[in-house]
Amino acid sequence: MNLILHVWRQAGPKAPGKLEQYEAKNVSPDQSFLEMLDDVNDRLIRDGKDPISFDHDCREGICGMCSQVINGVPHGGQERTTVCQLHMRSFKDGDNIYIEPWRALAFPIIRDLIVDREAMEKIIRAGGYTSCHTGGVADGNAVLIPKPDADYAMDAAECIGCGACIAACPNGSAMLFTSAKVAQLATLPQGKAEAAERVCNMTEAMQANGFGNCSNHYECQAACPKGINVKFIAKLNREYQKALFK
Amino acid sequence: MILDGKCPKGPIQTSWDRHRFDMKLVNPANKRKYKILVVGTGLAGGAAAASLGELGYNVEAFCYQDSARRAHSIAAQGGINAAKNYPNDGDSIYRLFYDTIKGGDFRAREADVWRLAQVSNDIIDQCVAQGVPFARDYAGYLDNRSFGGAQVSRTFFARGQTGQQLLLGAYSALSRQVQAGSVKLFARTEMLDVVVVDGEAKGITVRDLVTGEIRTHVGDAVVLATGGYVNVFYLSTNAMGCSVTANWRAHKKGAFFANPCYTQIHPTCIPQSGEHQSKLTLMSESLRNDGRCWAPKKQGDNRPANEIPEEDRDYYLERKYPSFGNLAPRDIASRAAKEQCDDKRGVGPGGRGVYLDFADSIKRLSEDTIRERYGNLFEMYEKITDENAYKVPMRIYPAPHYSMGGLWVDYNCESNLPGLFVLGEANFSVHGANRLGASALMQGLADGYYVIPYTIANYLAKIKPGTVKADHPECKKSIEDVNGLTKKMLGINGKKTVSEFHRELGKIMWNNVGMARSEESLKEAIKQIPVLREEFWKNVKVTGTGAQLNQELENAGRVADFLEFGELLAKDALHRKESCGGHFRTEYQMPDGEAMRDDENFCYAAAWEFKGVNAEPELHKEPLTFDNVHLAVRSYK
Repeated sequence: MNLILHVWRQAGPKAPGKLEQYEAKNVSPDQSFLEMLDDVNDRLIRDGKDPISFDHDCREGICGMCSQVINGVPHGGQERTTVCQLHMRSFKDGDNIYIEPWRALAFPIIRDLIVDREAMEKIIRAGGYTSCHTGGVADGNAVLIPKPDADYAMDAAECIGCGACIAACPNGSAMLFTSAKVAQLATLPQGKAEAAERVCNMTEAMQANGFGNCSNHYECQAACPKGINVKFIAKLNREYQKALFK
Repeated sequence: MILDGKCPKGPIQTSWDRHRFDMKLVNPANKRKYKILVVGTGLAGGAAAASLGELGYNVEAFCYQDSARRAHSIAAQGGINAAKNYPNDGDSIYRLFYDTIKGGDFRAREADVWRLAQVSNDIIDQCVAQGVPFARDYAGYLDNRSFGGAQVSRTFFARGQTGQQLLLGAYSALSRQVQAGSVKLFARTEMLDVVVVDGEAKGITVRDLVTGEIRTHVGDAVVLATGGYVNVFYLSTNAMGCSVTANWRAHKKGAFFANPCYTQIHPTCIPQSGEHQSKLTLMSESLRNDGRCWAPKKQGDNRPANEIPEEDRDYYLERKYPSFGNLAPRDIASRAAKEQCDDKRGVGPGGRGVYLDFADSIKRLSEDTIRERYGNLFEMYEKITDENAYKVPMRIYPAPHYSMGGLWVDYNCESNLPGLFVLGEANFSVHGANRLGASALMQGLADGYYVIPYTIANYLAKIKPGTVKADHPECKKSIEDVNGLTKKMLGINGKKTVSEFHRELGKIMWNNVGMARSEESLKEAIKQIPVLREEFWKNVKVTGTGAQLNQELENAGRVADFLEFGELLAKDALHRKESCGGHFRTEYQMPDGEAMRDDENFCYAAAWEFKGVNAEPELHKEPLTFDNVHLAVRSYK
C-alpha cells in the first residue's frame, strides 16, 4: 500500500518546527510502523536529505524508547501497543498519517520526533527505590509476600517508562508513571519502611519538574502500552494522605 | 603467548572465598579519590555502577540510550537461575556449576563458573530486597520454573518480563546513587575509544549523541559492560543499538577478543516475514515448559497445523532427546529445527519454521493457566504475526540471540590491558560455547553486584589515583582519531545507505557463519567481508554533520566496526576445527549428527590480538583444565 505521512520536523530545541509531507510507497502490511519509517529514511538519505530522527531501540515493546504521537494518539491508539509493535496492517492504502513527538511541557524537543525525558528520571531519583545496599540482605523467602500482593506489585512494575501517559494527559501530568512506582514499592514489605517519605518526595519531584496535576481524565491509562491501571493513582493518593497524617 | 586466567589454586569449593581474602582492599576514606568509568547500564553495568557508588568510589556511568533503564537486558523474558533448591528437587551449587559447564560444552573456566553458581543465591535475595516482584505461590514463597539444559526447577521469574524487573531493580539502585551524587550518569553518550596510557586503560573517548561533542573522560579504571555482538548478523533478537563498537575499539587498543565464533542461535524466535524486517523477536525459552516442538512427518505437507493428525507429526525433540525432551539446550534445539527445515518439512513462508504447540497443555491445564504463565508472549506473537497461538500453534525459527564470546578477561574480570575490566555478555568468561537459558541475567548481576566490587579494589589498591589528566597527549590523540573517523564517514557521500551495507553483511554472516559452518563457507565469508568493507569506505552515504544529533552517523560507526569484526568471527570459526556448543562445523559431527568436540586439540580459549585491519590477527591460547568435572560427550538423550 501507499501512504502519505505528515511528519513533525524540527532541527533543534529552539528551532521552529513544522509538519512535512512524505510518501511511503509499497508498504507491506507485515511491516512494523518503524520499519516503514526506516524505508522512508533510506529513501531520504539516497536523495541527500536529512532522515527523520526518532527514538527506538528494542523494537519489541519493552525498552520504552520509542515515542511518537500517531494521528493524535501516543503510540497510535492500538490497545496495549508501543509504536514499535504497531504493524502496518492496521492502516489502509491511501491513508494520511500524522506523526508528532510527545507533547508535554516537561519534554522539550531535541530533534524531530525525539524528546528529552530527563524529568522522568528526576522523579525516580527522588525515591523510586528501596534504600538497600548491595549485600547483607535477608533470604528471599524470609519475608513471605502473599501472591495477590506480588501480582499487584507486578501489575504496577510493568511500566516501561516511555512517557505516553504524560503525552496523553491534557495536563501533562506524570501521575500514572509516578503512582506505578509508588504503588509497587508501597505494596511490598521491602518497600514499606520508606513508603511515606517516598510518596512525598516523588510527588514533590513531579511538581518541581514541569508536570501538571491529575484531574482524572484517564487518558493515561488508555494510552499506556502496558495497560497500567489508574487504580494506582488512587493508591498514590491514599499513600500520600497516610504520609501527611504520619 | 599462553594466557593465564589467574584462577585460585586449591579446592574449588573455597576458591572464591580464599581469593576474596587474598585480594587487596581500598580504605573507605580513599575510595572517593578513585574514579571509575562504567560503560553500559544493563544488568552488569547498572549493578556495577550502583554497587561501586555505594562503596564510595567516584563513578561515571555511560549509556547510549536516553535512560539507564533501557539497556537491552530489559528484553530478557524467561528468568534467572539460582541454586536455592527451594523446590527440594536436588539442586545445589555443584549442580548449577556442573550444568553450566556441561551446557557450555566444556569450553569455560571452572573457577569462574563455580563463583557464578555460588553467588547466584545472593542475587535473588538482593533483588527481592530491591522490590523486584518475583512470582510467588499462594503461601507467599518464591516460585520456580524449568529451563533448558537442567533437570531441576531453579529459574526465578517475574511473568515474562524477568529481565525488565531485574534491570529496573539495578536501575533503581543506580538512581539512588545518582541522587546521592556518587554516580554521575551520562545518557545519550556513546563510547568510541579507550585511552591507554603506558599499557593501562585510563579513560574513554565518547560522543555526546545530542550535541555531537567528542570528549575524553579520564579515570583510574574502565569497566566495559557493553553487551554482545550478534547484530553482526543484521537480523537478531538484539536491540537496534546493540553493537560491537565499545569492545571492538578496546580490541583495537590491545584488548584480546576471545572465542568470537561462539554465538548463540536461539531456537524459539518468530520467523522472518519478509525483506523489510529490521529485527527478530524472541519467544521465551520458558514456553518450552508447556509447548511441544513438532514438524510434519511428510515433506511439503501444506495442510494447516490443526488438520495434521497426530500420527503425521514428528515431535522431533521428544524423539531425539527423550530425557530432556522439549527442554534440550538451545544450540541442540536450534540445530534440530534447522534439520527439519533442511529436510523440507518446515512450515510457514519459505518453509523456515517449525511448530511450538500448546494444545496439549491447554487441554491439561486450561487456557487461563497458560495465559497467566505466558500471556504477554502470546500477545506479542499475535501483534507480530496476526495469529492467535491459543488456537493455532506458534511458528518458530532460530535466530541470533547472544554472544558467548567477548573480550578476554582473567578470573578478576580484568582484560589483558590492566585497568580495563569487562563484565556480562561483553566478556567471554562463563558460558563456554553455549549459554543455558536464564544464565545471562545471572552472570550480568553476579559480575556487577558481587565480582567487580571486590576485584577492582585489588587493582586500584596498587595504583595512585588521578595520575592521568584530560590534557594528556593520549587523550588528545584519541579525540583526533575519533574526529578523523567521523569526518571520513561524512565525507564519502556515496550511493548506498548504512543499513544496506548492514543487511549485506548480515547475509554473508548468516549464510556462511550461521548455524552450520564449513571450511568452504567460512573461507567464502573471509573472502567476501573485506570486499564489502572496502566498498563501504568508498560508497557509503551519511548525511548531516557531526555536530548534531545524527543517527545515521552513529549507525555508520557501528556497522563499520561490524565489517571488521565479522572477519575475525569467521577466522575464529575457521581455526576451530571441531564442533562445540553454538559453533557447529559440518565436517566435525558424530554419525547421528551431534557436535563432535576435539578436546585433545581445542580445549582452550582462543584470544585474538589485533594487528591491523587487513592484517592477520595473532592467536593466543588459554588452556582449559577440568579438575572437578569429567570431560565427557555432552548428551541430553
